[in-house]
Amino acid sequence: MKVREICSVLNGELICGDYKNDNEVSHAFASDLMSDVLTVNCDSLLLITGLANLQTIRTAEMSDINCILFVRNKSVTPEMKTLAEELGITLIKCPLTMFRASGELYRAGIKPIY
Amino acid sequence: MAMSFEYKVEGGDFTHAGYASSQVKKMLKQLGVDSTVIKRVVVCLYEAEVNIVAHAYSGTISVNLDTDTINMKLADKGPGIADIEQAMQKGFSTASPEVREMGFGAGMGLPNISANADRFVITSEPGTGTTLEISINLNSAAV
Repeated sequence: MKVREICSVLNGELICGDYKNDNEVSHAFASDLMSDVLTVNCDSLLLITGLANLQTIRTAEMSDINCILFVRNKSVTPEMKTLAEELGITLIKCPLTMFRASGELYRAGIKPIY
Repeated sequence: MAMSFEYKVEGGDFTHAGYASSQVKKMLKQLGVDSTVIKRVVVCLYEAEVNIVAHAYSGTISVNLDTDTINMKLADKGPGIADIEQAMQKGFSTASPEVREMGFGAGMGLPNISANADRFVITSEPGTGTTLEISINLNSAAV
């Protein structure tokens, strides 16, 4: 699924990234616990999280995650956005809860890792 | 090829936590190291770097690289660990609420390092500090 479609399914908003270089996302992992995210081994992964701080971006960098979805319209600081842009990480936010966003994406064909 | 790098880490400085790991990741990518190996290296290093920020007053990260192995030593000045065996257990943590708010402190860091490292030695002196020595073979993707 492309980022554009993810935004469409979730009524989401692209915070940074580019639809032109839109990578395909096949799997998703939902967590607010960054150590948990660091245990995951999967390519083309979407991180769904309610944790919005610089370490969320850093964790994605270390885990080779190219796309983060912030649920409940969490605020993304300018520092987070700058770092994500530097690293080529796409950021999306949506108004839905983590449960609802995960459910909608699952229904739309995004696969779980486990 | 033999390279050495050193980074200073400040306790409590979550703004810069991960900077050293990020630099090492970029360097390994430039050197053409296998991406699976890079991930194992940076997961170890990042968890250990966050541990210094979360628990210690300050620390130094030394990274030594040759053609076969990356050796990382993270030495901190801090409260130390009284019971290392207990600290290595999944789920055990003494992290503050502030650290947990950053998405860490669930007692997964040291087990994560252990799972990804080829060699992992932890020594600590309560009241003085903790030292982690982590080595990863650059030529084998599997643990």
